[in-house]
Amino acid sequence: MRYLPLTADDRRAMLAKIGAPNVDALFRDVPKSAMAGLSAFDLPDTQGEMEVERALTRLAARNVAAGAAPFFCGAGAYKHHVPSAVDHLIQRSEFLTSYTPYQPEIAQGTLQYLFEFQTQVALLTGMEVANASLYDGSTATAEAVLMAQRITKRGKAILSGGLHPHYAETVETLANLTGKVSRAPVTPGSAEDIIALIDDETACVVVQSPDVFGLIRNLRPIADAAHAKGALLIAVVTEIVSLGLLEPPGAQGADIVAAEGQSIGNGLNFGGPYVGLFATQEKFLRQMPGRLTGETVDAQGRRGYVLTLSTREQHIRREKATSNICTNSGLCCLAFTIHLSLLGEEGLTRLARINHAKASALADRLAALPGVELVTSAFFNEFTVKLPKPAGAVVEALAQKGVIAGVPASRLLSRDRACENLLIVAATETNTDEDFDALVSALEEVL
Amino acid sequence: MSEVRYTDQHEWIRLEGDEATVGITKYAAESLGDVVFVELPPLAKTVTAGGEAAVVESVKAASDIYAPAGGTVTAANSALEKEPSKVNEDPEGAGWFFKLKLADAGEFAKLMDAAAYAKFVEGL
Amino acid sequence: MTMNNQGRPTSVETSRRAPIAPGTHTPEELSTISGDRGLDHEEAPIFELGHGATGVDLPDVQISGDRLGGVRRKDAIGLPGLSEPEVIRHYVRLSRMNYAIDSGLYPLGSCTMKHNPRLNEKMARLPGFGDLHPLAPQSTTQGALELISQLMNWLTTLTGMPAVAMSPKAGAHGELCGMLAIRAALQARGEHRPRVLVPESAHGTNPATAAFAGFTVDEVPALPNGRVDSEALKAKLGPDVAAIMLTNPNTCGLFEGEIIDIAKAVHDAGAYFYCDGANFNAIAGKVRPGDLGVDAMHINLHKTFSTPHGGGGPGAGPVVLSDRLAAYAPVPLLVADAQGLRLIEDRDDAPDGAKPFGRMCAFHGQMGMFSRALTYMLSHGRDGVRQASEDAVLSANYVLASLKDVMSAPFGDGPCMHEALFDDSFLHDTGVTTLDFAKAMIDEGYHPMTMYFPLVVHGAMLIEPTESESKDSLDRFIHVLHTLATEAKAKRIERFAGAPHLAPRRRLDETAAARKPVLRWKREPLKEAAE
Repeated sequence: MRYLPLTADDRRAMLAKIGAPNVDALFRDVPKSAMAGLSAFDLPDTQGEMEVERALTRLAARNVAAGAAPFFCGAGAYKHHVPSAVDHLIQRSEFLTSYTPYQPEIAQGTLQYLFEFQTQVALLTGMEVANASLYDGSTATAEAVLMAQRITKRGKAILSGGLHPHYAETVETLANLTGKVSRAPVTPGSAEDIIALIDDETACVVVQSPDVFGLIRNLRPIADAAHAKGALLIAVVTEIVSLGLLEPPGAQGADIVAAEGQSIGNGLNFGGPYVGLFATQEKFLRQMPGRLTGETVDAQGRRGYVLTLSTREQHIRREKATSNICTNSGLCCLAFTIHLSLLGEEGLTRLARINHAKASALADRLAALPGVELVTSAFFNEFTVKLPKPAGAVVEALAQKGVIAGVPASRLLSRDRACENLLIVAATETNTDEDFDALVSALEEVL
Repeated sequence: MSEVRYTDQHEWIRLEGDEATVGITKYAAESLGDVVFVELPPLAKTVTAGGEAAVVESVKAASDIYAPAGGTVTAANSALEKEPSKVNEDPEGAGWFFKLKLADAGEFAKLMDAAAYAKFVEGL
Repeated sequence: MTMNNQGRPTSVETSRRAPIAPGTHTPEELSTISGDRGLDHEEAPIFELGHGATGVDLPDVQISGDRLGGVRRKDAIGLPGLSEPEVIRHYVRLSRMNYAIDSGLYPLGSCTMKHNPRLNEKMARLPGFGDLHPLAPQSTTQGALELISQLMNWLTTLTGMPAVAMSPKAGAHGELCGMLAIRAALQARGEHRPRVLVPESAHGTNPATAAFAGFTVDEVPALPNGRVDSEALKAKLGPDVAAIMLTNPNTCGLFEGEIIDIAKAVHDAGAYFYCDGANFNAIAGKVRPGDLGVDAMHINLHKTFSTPHGGGGPGAGPVVLSDRLAAYAPVPLLVADAQGLRLIEDRDDAPDGAKPFGRMCAFHGQMGMFSRALTYMLSHGRDGVRQASEDAVLSANYVLASLKDVMSAPFGDGPCMHEALFDDSFLHDTGVTTLDFAKAMIDEGYHPMTMYFPLVVHGAMLIEPTESESKDSLDRFIHVLHTLATEAKAKRIERFAGAPHLAPRRRLDETAAARKPVLRWKREPLKEAAE
């Protein structure tokens, strides 16, 4: 077996040193009844690299990659161009095959990029501090709600109807254990009156902008209303590129920002791994979940970095930890950091403008189709249109024509009849005019 | 006239009138190592003897500080929030954590005196 | 260099590159003009390197801004601008400050740093997987669903369990998923059982998870032989106990021989058995946890099935579930019907009998880890998986047998599983601390072993060599540790004091970092610090 260096001779010599007759003698503490022979496992035997590659390639070929068709899906995961340098760098052995940087003297590479990552996230979101990532945007949102419950010592969390339904369900699954989660009504294309729902028992309001239908929300009035009642505003961002063009949540009064960082540096990967961004104000630092990297000096006074404030974490605080999180999204942070470093100020702002321009152009073309109505008036690179028939069937029909038209709202809100005809459409820098032509003409045929 | 007593959790408590000051012993401060953070109880919080009242953290450990006796918190040493190193420098003086108005002076009387605590530490 | 009260260097000018004190690799008089040393380069944070360049070529498109809802950004973000070669050099230089399994033996106990085959990376990057949208029409994602289905079959077959929830994103997330399934099952039974029993040797994630899932934690002591005290455990069982969380092989690297008995007692008491699967790599292909009475167990794909650790993630933590818990698995659920495979993403659409407790995360889990893990499994095959477990156990026992004469092994009488546990009693009165000993390994070119864990052993040193090392490599490692231990016991402490001496950094001031946290780069940070 190509991954196993020990030879039969090595094994014999090692057993002799140990003083064991055979390897099963080393398993002597396992109850005999629990020792399973190979035949207990109905699975294939070892295969060469070529055979395995063939099997996986066959499976991959049964999928339609985003880059293989005119493609317009978003709703929490976005297709962007990732520069070649990103994937090259994250595959360097020293990054790919290292562990969590518990020995800082020989992990400065990881620690420094995490420090850079934390800085970038804080700058983008307009917040004071950011952690070294959580799993993804949805779990970051759930952690933010738990943190708000800890800070305010209140249980009630109010979720905007525009929060991605998967995020809302993730929050409900966790935060209903520690409090009570309530969801505001779903109002595609408009902002619900969430302020009216805030009361003296509210720990936090959770508002996504742009929301799941693409609508840009104005967070400032919500932040002010929440603060007036002693509650926190958690701002959620699923398309982080939008912050190249939009006022960051920190400048709009958000107390915690939970975001999905996939759009920068990371592929679609059928939903994971992604990278959860988490930022807050310094006064809440001690209540923040996840790892943190801090700057310090070594014994010779040289600048260096360490994991810090780890007493909040599970390996020290155990049942009193702020979260049970251990592994995070290290390598995805690195991809994010490298891509954002390549973009820089000018690149990110240009990228954001291109995305908005593309989406605006496509929205106008779709809205010009008979029976199609643009539902979202203010948007970044994603908007919702109302079709004259159920969007799920339209998307399926267009897929047969080789066009991936977007995400039907019913995929996320299958019980909401008002969403049945809504199609969520994203356009990014990767879309060409030919893609637009293909979508428009295919839609004309189907509608 | 003040009197100091000790717990087997390495807290000290000094009674002056009906108000008592609480901190951690020199032995505790040394075993913790460099203190980097303290979390103090809010004023007017009611604590019971042996109940969690504050938290002290070093780089690698977080420890709860228990109230040696029950009562109401009347003061907290907020200087520690900015300078946690005081706990190491002067644990039984400037490094005090909080003050209590005792509910039951009998609880205080039951704690170890200096000689008993010294003997207790020796036995560890 | 004098230090101010923040532990930072004083009187440092703020130039593009922070001045670096002479390195430590050679005597001070050999300091260089650049501050770099041969192949070792110092590298400032990227924010000090920007100069308005760009690493991407994008057109400058103008927009009207009237469709932005009045919240267009007003201020600059503050990101530095660098060209592609500068960015590449920066991160390549950073990479060279890291230790990695590709460059050396990485004996971190309980972390399983084994070889990461590159075929896995290649397969995960096939556009059909890497460039696939999670909400693309399901008719266009059948290959991905088939991959998940095959991986599920591998995981359930290897564990002898009937069901598996795939969405948890890491081990701790999997633990949470398992405990929430237990919670849901208890609710369905109409029982209130607030207590969870956790051995004191457990990973920190176990008590943290139990608390996170709304349970109170009751610790069970360990026996002098490193196993959980099963009598104490049984005595704690009662109608208020929801579950036990037990790691097997346990965190001391030992198999809990009474496991079947314990599981029976737990079930008789109406509770569930959560097994922490962090150490499944010792028994995969040899022992099926289902045969031990396990009700739920997460599998760290980034440990047992070799998806790379990536400097701290991403991981993946699917959870296998017994018949007693399978119905409560969270959405999404994968089902097969006439059209092929299909994801059920809404709880209300769950098939008859399924009562999903909720959702762990958006979308369907760590697909990028699934493709790597399946590639690894197909490469090894069932025979290779079994051989890998045997080699991991053999290698750990070889290390134990070769070092127990000079290093103290608290449970050294019997065989261990995949980890060899030592304690620091051999360093007693030598003037060498546990930390010194570990840091001296860095100078010898090795990553230190896991230290101070498990907590039940004072001064624990946990060595997990894995199956990826050749005998030569193990022999060199053993020789180094043997010599270090001998040196320490002879009180020749020079090489230990203040080690490491030869790493990119000497010991770092963690106290200063925690007392006055500096968590992001700020313009002219050093001037602020000198206040």
